[in-house]
Amino acid sequence: MSNDGGAVVPGREEAGYDDATAPAGGFRKGAFGVSGSGDTSGFGGLVRVEPGGAVALHSTDRPYGGWFDEVTDALVDAVGEGTYAAAVQRVLVDRGEITYFVAREHLLTLVRALRDDEALRFELCSSVSGVDYLDSGGPAVAPGRPRLHVVYHLTSMTYRRRIRLEVAVSAEDPHVPSVTAVYPTADWHERETYDMFGVVFDGHPALTRILMPDDWDGFPQRKDYPLGGVPVEYHDATIPPPDTRRAYR
Amino acid sequence: MSTTYDPADPYAGSRETTEGRVYTVTGGDWDVTLGADPHGEERLVVNMGPQHPSTHGVLRLVLDLEGETVTKARVVIGYLHTGIEKNTEYRNWVQGTTFVTRMDYLAPLFNEAGYCLAVEKLLGIEAPPRAQTIRVLVMELNRIASHLVALATFGMEMGALTGMTNGFRERELVLDLLEEITGLRMNHAYIRPGGLAQDLPEGAVEHIREFLEFFPKRVADFHRLLTGQPIWQRRLKDVGYLDVTGCVALGVTGPILRAAGLPWDLRKVEPYLGYQTYDFEVPTADTCDAWGRYLVRMSEVNESLRIIEQALDRLEPGPVMVEDKKIAWPAQLSLGPDGMGNSHQHVAHIMGQSMEALIHHFKLVTEGFRVPAGQVYVPVESPRGELGYHVVSDGSTRPWRVHVRDPSFVNLQATAAMSEGGMIADVIAAIASIDPVMGGVDR
Repeated sequence: MSNDGGAVVPGREEAGYDDATAPAGGFRKGAFGVSGSGDTSGFGGLVRVEPGGAVALHSTDRPYGGWFDEVTDALVDAVGEGTYAAAVQRVLVDRGEITYFVAREHLLTLVRALRDDEALRFELCSSVSGVDYLDSGGPAVAPGRPRLHVVYHLTSMTYRRRIRLEVAVSAEDPHVPSVTAVYPTADWHERETYDMFGVVFDGHPALTRILMPDDWDGFPQRKDYPLGGVPVEYHDATIPPPDTRRAYR
Repeated sequence: MSTTYDPADPYAGSRETTEGRVYTVTGGDWDVTLGADPHGEERLVVNMGPQHPSTHGVLRLVLDLEGETVTKARVVIGYLHTGIEKNTEYRNWVQGTTFVTRMDYLAPLFNEAGYCLAVEKLLGIEAPPRAQTIRVLVMELNRIASHLVALATFGMEMGALTGMTNGFRERELVLDLLEEITGLRMNHAYIRPGGLAQDLPEGAVEHIREFLEFFPKRVADFHRLLTGQPIWQRRLKDVGYLDVTGCVALGVTGPILRAAGLPWDLRKVEPYLGYQTYDFEVPTADTCDAWGRYLVRMSEVNESLRIIEQALDRLEPGPVMVEDKKIAWPAQLSLGPDGMGNSHQHVAHIMGQSMEALIHHFKLVTEGFRVPAGQVYVPVESPRGELGYHVVSDGSTRPWRVHVRDPSFVNLQATAAMSEGGMIADVIAAIASIDPVMGGVDR
């Protein structure tokens, strides 16, 4: 998953990238990612493919190495092969961490097994958070790809292991079952994810805003929600707010 | 147009109109409403905070009381939300340090360390040994400062005001050291991706050694002041009970979990920055109450002193930033005539000697380095528990997403479990024993 910008192609269409099969997540224009600056370097027309983009779409093949196989086998045993195949869309091992991409219909079956099975024992739900992949691997680069990901970090205190579950949903149908019945700690995490990303956790006891005011409009951490801010005037210059400054991406 | 009292709905009378049934809420049904409530005479809803000296910050509690017994406790947060997570997405990777350090403002160096470890894991690099040792050193100093504030505010909220003044006084000693090392009392931005902003200044090691000499006496003073005091004991013992099962279910970590008897300390169970090579104990208690949490924090101060001593002993000369010039900040900080800034030699070099060095400096400072795409979760043991950084990169010069699993945020969920069924005065003790920092809770 190196991203040294080595894969420079003349253009997305000419390169023959098909959104359905391409591993690419995001595309960047120009050698320096600058837009609207009157770039005369000649590199402005380049389109660089970001391998994987922010959301890597490839998956890792067995064996995963280390205890990852042990956990996966135990999980298959716990929920049954059919359910596992239906529930886990792909598995990614990267930087010593394992991620299971889970279909939302089977999320609760999986987390119950992960918490209760003797060979798994993921007692602690460390964190639930959201990520919006709008224009890096999401619908802006490949229509139909879900943009909102809910990421669960589970910890096994018994075996001292950590795994990550990821559920992807679209902004039009942002429903994910709540895991509060299995992990009561997910209560506030899910409220925060709802507050910031608008993911609706079905079955949550009281899904209300938690950090933003109750009557707030919109979901602030979505990528199409502006950061906001006002220009700051100095003695002889004006500094625009951070999200409108010229930036290198 | 008389409204009729509907026994099925004591709150509003109703009448039929051509538009359908219309309800009239008059407010005159107060007696009826309260009469229908078996605890009507006793039940009282008290709003406490967000501006209240005993709520440990801008925290709001909504308490349902029967006499002095709390039947329901609900916590309202968000008053200190500053959108730090969103802001980091609009700054480069190095600038991120200056944002995250402001989250849990009593443990800034833990925020920086967690963030930098996550960025380093994404980059696939490791800080040089000296930088790692200094990171451990400053984090443990920070842990002492943080625990002292926890004890000081604990004292203040329990009415032991001398505890507060003593706690803040001793904390200032630690902050003086941190100021000497990093340049700032708080919000240091000292730990950077790849290493540190600068090496230890001259004389810092001696000053830390002096501190290690006399500080155990101050801890002992604290014990003399509070630990043996009968009022302190009665206010804390058997208050805010939460056992291991409750802690794990509610995600509670840190001193609260250790006071319930589980020696779960990430420095031991998932060591980072070489913590496995330090000799220290994980203090625990088996009381599951505020008293146990107080004792655990007191003991952790002593263990931190041990770690600092070992870190000082193993400090070897060497670089404090990775060698990779594509990541390392091009200049070292140094003290000039107009304050702290890029070292004079570096400025002379880029302005007078090397065009390439100037370009390199310019690219790295304005654009920043790129981080390979992917996501990581890196937890560190902050004074309040598991501080986790979930950092996502899309391969650009800015984070795609930084989510912070702040221990205060998660631990605060235990308020209801700790205080419902108890007395209202014990709510204060329970929350003080959680030691939430609202800057971290609301981010």
